[in-house]
This record gives sequence, structure tokens and C-alpha cells, in this order.
Amino acid sequence: MIALLLILIPVIGGLINLFIKNESSAKAFSLIVSLIVLAVALGGIYTSQADLLHFDISWMPDLGSRITLELDGLSKILSLLTAVSMPVILIAVYKDHYPDAGKFFGLMLLCQAGMLGVFLSMDALLFYFFWELALIPAYFICSIWGGEKRIQVTFKFFVYTFVGSLLMLVAIIFVYFHTPDHSFALKSFYNAHLTAAQTQWMFWLFFIALAIKMPVFPFHTWQPDTYEQSPTAFTMVLSGVMVKMGLFGVIRWLLPMFPQAASSNSSIIVTLTVIGMLYASLIAIKQDDMKRLIAYSSIAHVGLMCAALFAKQQAGIEGVFIQMFNHGINIIGLWIVVDVIEKQLGTRKFSELGGLAQKAPTLAILFVVMCLANVALPLTNAFVGEFLMFSGLFNYSPVMAGTAIICIILAAAYTLNMIRKVFYGNTVASTEHAHDSSFNVNAALVVLVILVIVFGFYPQPMIDLTRETVQLFITKIS
Amino acid sequence: MAYLVPLFPLIGFLLNGVFRNSLSKGLVGIIGCGAVLASFVVSVILFLDVRAGGALAVQPLYPFIHVANFKIDFVFQVDQLSSLFLLIITGIGFLIHLYSTSYMHDETNDHFARYFSYLNLFVFSMLLLVLGANYVIMFIGWEGVGLCSYLLIGYWFKNTDYNKAANKAFIMNRIGDAGFLLGIFWLLSKLGTANYTDVFANVSNLTPTDITGITLLLFIGAMGKSAQIPLYTWLPDAMAGPTPVSALIHAATMVTAGIYMVARSNALYSLSPIAENLVAVIGIATALFAATIAIKQNDIKKVLAYSTVSQLGYMFLGLGVGAYTGSVFHVMTHAFFKALLFLGAGSVIHALHHEQDMRNMGGLKKYMPVTHWTFLIACIAIAGIPPFSGFFSKDEILAAAYAKNPVYWVLGVIGAGMTAFYMFRLYATTFLGQFRGTEEQKHHLHESPAAITIPLIILALLAFGGGFFNVPAIFGGGQQLHHYLSPVLTAEHEHEIAHSTELMLMGVSVGVALLAAIIALTKYARKPELNEPEGLGKVLANKWYIDELYDNVIVNPLLALGGFFKNVIEKSGIDGFVNGVGGFIQYSSRRLRLVQNGKVGTYILLMIFSILILWLAFWYQATITGFFQKIF
Repeated sequence: MIALLLILIPVIGGLINLFIKNESSAKAFSLIVSLIVLAVALGGIYTSQADLLHFDISWMPDLGSRITLELDGLSKILSLLTAVSMPVILIAVYKDHYPDAGKFFGLMLLCQAGMLGVFLSMDALLFYFFWELALIPAYFICSIWGGEKRIQVTFKFFVYTFVGSLLMLVAIIFVYFHTPDHSFALKSFYNAHLTAAQTQWMFWLFFIALAIKMPVFPFHTWQPDTYEQSPTAFTMVLSGVMVKMGLFGVIRWLLPMFPQAASSNSSIIVTLTVIGMLYASLIAIKQDDMKRLIAYSSIAHVGLMCAALFAKQQAGIEGVFIQMFNHGINIIGLWIVVDVIEKQLGTRKFSELGGLAQKAPTLAILFVVMCLANVALPLTNAFVGEFLMFSGLFNYSPVMAGTAIICIILAAAYTLNMIRKVFYGNTVASTEHAHDSSFNVNAALVVLVILVIVFGFYPQPMIDLTRETVQLFITKIS
Repeated sequence: MAYLVPLFPLIGFLLNGVFRNSLSKGLVGIIGCGAVLASFVVSVILFLDVRAGGALAVQPLYPFIHVANFKIDFVFQVDQLSSLFLLIITGIGFLIHLYSTSYMHDETNDHFARYFSYLNLFVFSMLLLVLGANYVIMFIGWEGVGLCSYLLIGYWFKNTDYNKAANKAFIMNRIGDAGFLLGIFWLLSKLGTANYTDVFANVSNLTPTDITGITLLLFIGAMGKSAQIPLYTWLPDAMAGPTPVSALIHAATMVTAGIYMVARSNALYSLSPIAENLVAVIGIATALFAATIAIKQNDIKKVLAYSTVSQLGYMFLGLGVGAYTGSVFHVMTHAFFKALLFLGAGSVIHALHHEQDMRNMGGLKKYMPVTHWTFLIACIAIAGIPPFSGFFSKDEILAAAYAKNPVYWVLGVIGAGMTAFYMFRLYATTFLGQFRGTEEQKHHLHESPAAITIPLIILALLAFGGGFFNVPAIFGGGQQLHHYLSPVLTAEHEHEIAHSTELMLMGVSVGVALLAAIIALTKYARKPELNEPEGLGKVLANKWYIDELYDNVIVNPLLALGGFFKNVIEKSGIDGFVNGVGGFIQYSSRRLRLVQNGKVGTYILLMIFSILILWLAFWYQATITGFFQKIF
């Protein structure tokens, strides 16, 4: 029941929101809906009744597809991320002006529903359905509320993700025909009878589709452009939550479906992602734009998660599970600050910023904490995840771990440079009359900072939340 | 009870940090100093407890990271080694806090509170580092002190150079941290534990390659934190922070972390001759290299910074030759006299309104008597002249070095000579001769207030008498420190040198130091070095151009590579391909559109062609389906 509510509430809320004309009521309504979703998600985590976490009815019996939803460790942690992010984002942008606010926030909620559906589906057709449901609002939001180059960039985003979706659809249909009972159910997909050659093909089709979504090098170039041109509220959704759909797909579908193919290709993929990490980190150092810097930094972080998954070491995988949550929290915090700066000062360029700490000390402190989480400083949430992932990667290959760990040095370099160029030094023309962040922004950031520090000091509850699922996953893929 | 030690500074950090806009300076000072003083009191109790033979206390607080392969707890360990470090950190830390209340008094309220909250956080991190009972908790403190040094070096954040120095410190430290982490991963993958007791009990399960690999990786961390070649260049730049911060970094916290780590891991290091030799060689090389640079610096704090790098080199030499007690002893005495030197320098800088160039000082002896006398004691102590504290600790290291390899000893004595030379050059230029500053400065010259001079006097007493904690047997001493630490430093090499030899060695090193001190005094008391140096002197004054070398060999090529990726591969390569595909599709659809031209003739032609193709496909059906079957 909870599983169903998690999807239904934002769908209904989002549809209603589309028709609200008044901007402030649209905002208030979407915030209330997102808070209800959060309450339901928390209920899902704390409930002791297992039957509430499961939902299953017939959908298209002729095709062998059912509406099967389930909250296990993996979907719990990702639903929690989705459910926490949305109200935080809405609070942070509460005072921003959006034309046609009802439609904007309605689409945001629909997108949330799609992402929750992706995380909860235990049926391939349903999974694909929600996958597209999450993407369609994304196209509209980017192309209507985006920046100057929005049409061109949305086109690129569309082409990339559409290619990915098609590859995945082909693969899903192909595997469907080889399931023992002609069913789209997850279990049947795990047991599909494929020859070795077919497995290889299907593996790569799925992988490329998911790799575009994550994104990993060299399928990533849609990402910095899209992050840059999307309205920042949606960039938060995109980078905080939506890119986790790619990693999720690897965990829920790709690796358990094709464990052999994953093992035989793991060295290629791990090498590729580690190269991608270094590549993205080096590009991040050369950026002159806050949004693009964070975008490339995120590519490096996601690359590590992908590498740790394909390394298939238990510690690393436990790290990925909790890091998916932590990365979402941390990057949303960074975007909130970028949004404040851009809205107030009209620029995101380092060359046009400086000395903001004198004018906005509260914002400076909150931003520095989020940056420290971004470099995975111990006692911030990201440290635990990165520690586990690197440790897993080390077990897989010390050379890979030794190469990838250079990224933590580069991360320190570009992140601290960003702090220095934006907040330190003397004020410049643009920051001369800046003022500190408003109450709603501070409130959103404080929530995130608390999450950063609480899970930095005491990560064990999160590890426990996913423990069983990780265990099952490990037995399935080995 | 051990958890109280870091808890107090953490609370102080939070109080001063959160309420920085509302607390008065007096209250901020009381909270900041009081937190560290409370930790000191608890540390003393713990120390007495351990000394009285209290059982080794490993105190788990809560599970930190429990996963299937390993369990890491948040757990503290109070033993001989950590209790000693607790005393140094909180004791000297407290004096520095007290001193800061006066030194930083010109800051506005909120920045004053920010400063003290950072200072408390620094102490907190360092306490975690030494209290942790496993390498992961140590690493938390390890990166924590890196963060705090970053925050404090860049404390005056309006100054871009200072901020750059802060970034440099953090990034250089991170290089070391990456190595440290890999060392932990290696340990975890082989032993499944990072607890000291478990690791040292199971070293027999490690191959020699493992041990060498782990110790070398951990040592990379030590190179970063304790400023050894090649990762030392951040420390001299760290002078950008307020002077008491330098005292904190150089004496009580941060740079001693590397020594602590190696001493803590003595059971591992002693099993790897490669690691031991590398530690010793890096140590002595750094000691000499930094000393040469110190000789030609004119910034009072820079001289002291390079002297720290050099002294740390001695400590690593000691660790490398197995004189673990000697190194820890030198950490202690060095903490006394280096804190004193920095706080004395701060007193001078304060009196001269932020003048740091020694060439504009001189003759301060008569204006600042307390600062002068305490500073002189520190100079004698660091120069290793008996019976001041530095003599005992340095000679213990040198004697062990001699036992291992006389070459180390010879180099060590040369370094000791240089130490005495640059310290007395500093002393003579600053305190002797005539005052060379402006009339304005001269008019305001005065001795510093009590909050500054009291810490100086206490430290001077310690810098003088600190050596008596571990008087060697040769002077009929009881070697108390040696006995105290022996349960932890199990791998200590007991060197066998005849007493007569040892006396001779001491005589030589003291003689060299005295000679160098006298040369420096006579040379610089009357005629300080005011001109820009030339030749080798210029190379030394420019620190052997190592910063420039790093920039040109590492930093700039990396930046260029990043630029190449950004502008060429990303834009023209990958995006070029993607946009090319898009462009090709658009181009071909434009062409294809022409087919639909509305002429019946064209349509009929196309129809015929299509039928022809379909017909052919039907004819060769078997071949085509076979082809597809082969693929899928």
C-alpha cells in the first residue's frame, strides 16, 4: 500500500497542480504534496508490517505484465532520497519567480512520481513506463523554463536519452521473449534463457542506456549542458535524484540479469569509469562557471559509484548504496547556493565573483560545509560512502584504486578554488551590494547540513537499512 | 572518561561558532580557553592513571562503519603514547589559546569568535587523531587537522595570497592523505581490521611485501602532514595565518601527527627494513635541505617554519633508526621550544604592528626584556646546548643514528651546526644591535601584556627543563620517558654504544653547535645581512626554486591537460561526434524530403524499385532469416 501511495500521491498532486493558476498557491500546494510523500516514505522505512511494503495487481495479463511494486533496501533508500529532496528543493526556491508556476511545479511532481515508480517497479514494462514518465516532464521543464540555449541543449538531452531509452526497450523486449514464462516480472527476467552471445549483446544495450543516464564517460556530454541550461530547481532534481536511475538500473536489472557478462566486461568498464573520473576532475579544474564545475565534479563522483558496482566487492557495494543517497543530498546543497548567487547577482562566473563571504557570511558557512561534503571530508556523510567504495575498488584492483584516488586530490583542488574565487578575497562590482541568503534558503540548507553531519558521524543506520538487500544482491551476482 | 577530552573542545567550537555574533570577546575567550583547559585537566588525570599502571583502556563509543568485511568502531585508546600526546596537545594548546586572547584582540567580535571556534576545532581534531584506537579514527583526525589548518591559514580571507596558501596546505596534505587511505585499504583487505591491537597482534599474517607496501603508503601520509620532502612546501606558506596558529600547527598539533603515526605503528615499521631506511633517509635529507633554506630567509616566521621542517626531519631520522622514544622525546621538547619561538616571534610582530621582516627589526633586547630572555632560552634549547631540553632529545636521536650508520650521524651533526647558525642569526638580527624600524614603530615599542608574557615564561621553563624528563643513563639519569613508553614502543632498538664513544659524540655535536652559534652572533650582532643575496645565497633565499619546479613540472602540465580535455576532446571530440550525428540526420532528412516532389513519374519509379527489392527479399528469404538467426 505504501509503495502505491508513494507513486499515486505525486501523480495526483502533480496533475492537480498543473491547473493551479495562482503562483503562491501552486507553490504551497506542491510543497504540501511533497511533504505528504516524505511522510509516507518515512512510514515505509519505519513500518514493521511487511505487507505494506508490497503491492501487486494484474495489469496486462495477456502480455504477462503486472503492477508489482516493492520497497526493499534499495528502493527504500532511493525513495527516501527522492522524498527528502523534493520538499528541500521547493523550500529553497520558494521565493523564486516562475512564470506558469502551476505547470512548472506540477511537472516537477510528475517527474518525482516517475522516479519513484522507477525505483519501486519489479516489472520490466512498468519500469520502462515510469522511466519515460520521469523523462517527459524533464524535456518540457528544460525547454520551457531553461536558459538562453535551452532549445539546442534540450535537443541534445533528448537525443541522448532517447537513444538510451530505445536501446533499453529493444533489450527489454528481446529478453522478454526469452523468459521461461513470457512475463515481464523481475524474477522471470533474472531467469531468462539466453545464449552467451545474446547475453553479451543485451548486456551492452542495457549498459549503454544506463551509462547515458548516469552518466559515465564518454556518454556524459549532455550533462554539463543540461545542468547549465535547466532552471536550477530542476537541475537539483536531475543531478540529485534522476541520475541515480542509471545506477539503480545497474543494481536492480543489469548486474543480476547478466552476472557473467558483467564479470567478463568488468575490467573494461572499471577502466573506462576510472579514466572518466580523472578526465572529469581535470576538466572541472578548468571551469569558470559554478554550474559546469559542479556538473563535472558530479561525473567524477558518479564514475566512482559505477566503478565500485562493477568491481563487485561487498564493501564497495554497501558504499554505493549509501552514497547514492549522500551524493544526492550534497549536490542539491551546492545547487541551492548556486541558485541564490545566480538569482541575486546575475552571474555564475568566477571571474565576475569574489568576496561574497563578507556580504553573506551565513551562506558562506553553509556552502563551505556542503563543499567539505563534496570532497568527502571525514565526519561528513560522503566520507563513509567513498571510503567503502575505494576500499572495494582496492580489493578488486589496487592499481585502479590508486589511480582513482587521485580524484580526491583533484576534488580538493577544484572545490577549494571555487570557494576561494566566489567567497573569499575582496568584493567585486557584482558582489558589492550583495546581501545574505533569505530565511527559506537557510532553512533548506540547514536541513541538508544536518543530514550531512548526522550521517557523517553516525552512518550505521543507513548501512543497516540496506544490509539485507546488499546481501541478496551479492549472492545473485556472484 | 577519555571521550571528555575531545568533547570539551567540540563544545567550545560549537558554542563559539554558532553564537559568534552574540558573545562578547571576554566570554568567547573564556569558552575557548576553558574548553582546552578542561581537556588538559582530564588529560592529566588520565596520564596519572596510566602511569600508576591502570590497565590499557580501549573505550568503544559506538559502531561507526560495520559492514560485512570489516567492523570499524568509534573507539578511543588511552595508553602511554596517547596520554603523553594528550598532555602536549592540551597543555601547549591551552597556552596558545590564552596567548591568542591578547594577540587577536583587535579583531571584531564575530571574527574573534570564529578564530576561537577554529582553534578549538583544531585541538578537537588532533585529539581524535591521537585518541583513536584504529587507523580510521586516526584518519578522521588526520584530515580534520588538515581542514583546520586550511581554515586558519586562510583566516584573513580577504587576502588572496593567504587563501592560496590555505588551499595549498589542504591540497598538499590531501596528496599524503590519499596514500594514507590506500594504506588503510591494504590493511583492511589483508587483515579485515584497522584496530591497532588487532593489527599488531596479527602482523605475522602479513607478507613482507604487504608490510612494506602498507608502511610506505602510510608514510606518504606522514610526509604530507609532517612536511617532509617532497610534500613540505605547504608548511612555510602556512605562515599566512595568525602567529599563534603557526605555534599551534608547529608545536602542539598537525605536524607531529606523522611522527605519532609512525611511532604508533612501530611494530609494523620495524619489520620492513626498506621502510625504515626510507624514513631515515627522507628524514635526514629534509633536515639538511630545510636548514640550508632557513639560513637565508629574512621573514622571522619563515626561518622558524623551515626550522620546524628541519627538526621534523630529525624526528623521522630517529624513527627510521629505531629510536622511537628519542623521536617522541624530541616531539615533546620541540613542542616546548618551538611554541615558545613562535609565540615570542608573535610578541615581536605584535609590538611592531605586523612587521615580519627581520631586516627592519634589531635592538629589541632593551624594549622587550621578557620576550628577549625567553626567546634566547628557546634558541639555546633548539641549538642543542646542554643542559637545555633540545640537547637531550637531539642527542638521543644522534646516538641511535650513529649506532645504525655513522654517516647519518655526520650529516646530523652538520644539520645541528646549521640549526645553531640560523637560530642565532635570527636572534642577533632581531634582538641585538640597533633598532632599524621607523620612528613611528620605535615610539610604540613596548613589552607585550601579561596574557602574552605568561605563556612565554611557562614555555621557557619547559624549554629549559624539559630534557630532565628523560636524562640518559650516561648522566646517571633514570630514562623515565623511556620506561614509561616501553610498553607501546615495543620495537625500540636498544643501541649499544660505549659510554666513552657516546660522550665523544656529544662533545662533537655540542662543540659544532656552539661554534656555529658564536659565528652567527659575532657576524650578525653588529652587521646584519641587509642586502639582497647573490649566487648560492639567492638560490637559498628562493628556497631552491622548488615551488617553481613543482609548478612547471606538475601543476601546469595538469592544468594544460585539463584545458586540452575541456577544449579539444570534449568540444570537438565527443560533442563533435554527437552533433555530427544530429547534423547528418537533419541533412539526410532535408535530402530525403526532395523525394516527395509531387511528380507522379517519380512516385511510379520509386514504386517499381520498391517492388523489385521486396521481390528479391522474398526470393532470398531463407538466407536473410538465417542471417538474423545467427545474430540473435
